[in-house]
Amino acid sequence: MKKTDLIEKIIHAIFFVIGFLTVMCVLLITGYLIVSGIPAIKEIGIVNFLFGNQWKPTANNPTYGILPFILTSVYGISGAILLGAPIGFMTALYLSKFASRKVKSIMQFAISLLAGIPSVVYGLIGMLVLIPGIKSSFRLSDGASLLAAIIVLSIIILPSMVKMSIDALDQVPKEYEHASLALGATAYETYFKISVPAARSGLVAALVLGVGRAIGEAMAVMMVAGNVANMPTSIFQSVRFLTTAIASEMAYSSGLQRQALFSIALVLFLFIMMINAIFNYFLKKDKD
Amino acid sequence: MMNNSILSQRRWFGFITRLIMSISVGISASLVLFMIIYLLVKGIHNVSWELISTKPSYINDQIGILPDILNTLYIVFMTLVIVIPLGVGSAIYLTEYARNKKIVSIIEYATETLSAIPSIIYGLVGMLIFANSFGTSLTAGALTLAIMNLPTIIRTTQESLKTVPMSFREGGFGLGAGKWRVVRTIVLPCCADGVVTGTILSVGRILGESAALLFTAGFAHSLNGVLDAFKEPGATLTVALYVYAKEQGEFEVAFAIAMILMLLNILINFAVILVQKIFSRR
Amino acid sequence: MKDIISVKKLSLWYGYNQALKNINLDIPKNSITAFIGPSGCGKSTFIKTLNRMNDLIPEVKIKGEVRYSGMDIYSEDVDINNLRKNIGMVFQKPNPFPMSIYDNIAYGPITHGIRKRSTLDEIVERSLRDAAIWEEVKDRLKKNALSLSGGQQQRLCIARALAVQPEILLMDEPTSALDPISTSRIEELVVDLKRRYTIVMVTHNMQQALRVSDYTAFFLLGELVEFGKTDDIFSRPVNRKTEDYITGRFG
Repeated sequence: MKKTDLIEKIIHAIFFVIGFLTVMCVLLITGYLIVSGIPAIKEIGIVNFLFGNQWKPTANNPTYGILPFILTSVYGISGAILLGAPIGFMTALYLSKFASRKVKSIMQFAISLLAGIPSVVYGLIGMLVLIPGIKSSFRLSDGASLLAAIIVLSIIILPSMVKMSIDALDQVPKEYEHASLALGATAYETYFKISVPAARSGLVAALVLGVGRAIGEAMAVMMVAGNVANMPTSIFQSVRFLTTAIASEMAYSSGLQRQALFSIALVLFLFIMMINAIFNYFLKKDKD
Repeated sequence: MMNNSILSQRRWFGFITRLIMSISVGISASLVLFMIIYLLVKGIHNVSWELISTKPSYINDQIGILPDILNTLYIVFMTLVIVIPLGVGSAIYLTEYARNKKIVSIIEYATETLSAIPSIIYGLVGMLIFANSFGTSLTAGALTLAIMNLPTIIRTTQESLKTVPMSFREGGFGLGAGKWRVVRTIVLPCCADGVVTGTILSVGRILGESAALLFTAGFAHSLNGVLDAFKEPGATLTVALYVYAKEQGEFEVAFAIAMILMLLNILINFAVILVQKIFSRR
Repeated sequence: MKDIISVKKLSLWYGYNQALKNINLDIPKNSITAFIGPSGCGKSTFIKTLNRMNDLIPEVKIKGEVRYSGMDIYSEDVDINNLRKNIGMVFQKPNPFPMSIYDNIAYGPITHGIRKRSTLDEIVERSLRDAAIWEEVKDRLKKNALSLSGGQQQRLCIARALAVQPEILLMDEPTSALDPISTSRIEELVVDLKRRYTIVMVTHNMQQALRVSDYTAFFLLGELVEFGKTDDIFSRPVNRKTEDYITGRFG
């Protein structure tokens, strides 16, 4: 009897440790990012680092301002959302409310195929289709630009936004819709004025999820954005995102430059944590 | 009486929304079709037996992706071996052992957070922790990927554990079985579908991953024996695609790899549906 | 009295399953007609054919005709939204929209093109008064409708239906989800509304049919077994099955 009790206790302890693994991982990642990201910020100065508009780590008089990356990320993501969200949202509305069951399940399969395509494949197609296309239609010397990145990002965030919007719209109680139809509203009026407001928090959560995915995307953007540390002043400019700034210099950097890359990662991480908190807020609100 | 201008206004609203909706669905659908067809057309004449059965050689001036295929297999295998027991164990702790609601919500929040962290950050931290201790190697890559995929396995397992009826467990306890015995013999077999689904989804994610692997597993194309491979750096198919396209401008090879990845993606999506069908029939 | 709805040889199928069999029925204006019968008898299905809510269910097939003020509501040139405006509906479970009390009532009129604020204010007050809930909610019109009690919610739904000025009000078991006190308030309200509206009501409660209705239709297995003045149906039913049902021999 005593022996089995002991075994149960040991097993319980093992599961306890495994259960806390994710918490430990989060703490570890946060810890590592803070410890390795703070020194460079201290040395450069937080204002110079965040608001400096020149990134020239290899110049004789090196400057480490990441404002170009921050602005590029913000513009790029806003653009991707402006482009991708309406399409994704209207697609979801059609699939949730108007499509037959067969069309819905085929399209859901197609959407999950889109979600499963590796981002480097989007980058590859972007390099060979999008960049030459942009180059010739706007008569530029190079098509690798913020615009190309925006288009690729909007495609990458589309599937997850569609999927989540469908889930949110599917959960709207049929009773609301029936009541509206029984008052003589058309199907379109009903879905726009009743279903969409009722699914509001879920739809906002889908949007925030899209923002999160767009901020984190690195490789596809690296392949199409041109990757020059310019201030983003036009959508036809070659630009560098926060993620690509890390990826493009990590392989050969050292010293303060390398440490500054960790600081960029820390900034990126803080952005993501903020967005994650907003996402959870809207998701919780939906459940209440 | 209905006002005519209002009636036409309402008709216009319906017409416009129908139009916008059709355009959006059209764009989404043609995007999928374009991706599949474009990749197949571009990839099909670049894939050859020679390509997938050899390693790159500067002397013969040829490119082969066999090392990348093998590296992918190794890294998928190793990641799964690490992540499945940990993920399933974590899910079991959450649904079977943990009694404190606060602890559960902390763990669940941490799990959500893990799934929101972008892969470039995993790559960076993986480099600091794993590549610094094991060297840039498949092992470092697999460990990084294991953490990344932990949330997927935990979530799918947890979902299927929640569907196991309480009466099953009570039946076990009623016979005087201990907690571990009930978990092992009654609860665990019931969550097989969640584990399988989670595993397939993880394989998909590993196949598509590049940013997290670049600085942990590296991008070498050398052919190694099974045991040596884990100590050596190596590129997976996706990383190789990036390197061939971006660094070397070898677009034919990149498209060949892209087609292979697309086919695997289709296969994985069918597998998920198949698994759901098989388990829902039971 | 004039008949406002007249149903001839109406049959309805869900796929291959026939739910209504050859129904013939005339509903007089400004009266309350109750549909009774055991669950699954087709009374709820039938009431939904009167404002074409069955159109929402895929694979429904309907034969026969339903005339509203002489017009066949299933003919092709009928504006279904206008039809539903004239024939309002109250559902089994109170289903206010997740918005304010005011917006719930104003939703219908706005949909049908009324935009003037003062007109909307009038409609909201009049509808809420007609549904005997004005006094309870007049100080909190901006509050979310879901904060009301179940009985209040159902009266709000009645007010919402009245706001588009229908001629007929269809009520599908409007009190089945409510407590006895709320139920009796709704019953009083329904009797009161009869002066201006024609009311058709499905109920599973025979006392309720007896208390409020002028006419009663008894359905069984998709057929209309008996239809007549409520007093006659309950005191001297013609059909043996009706008698068995109202005396509680099956249910």
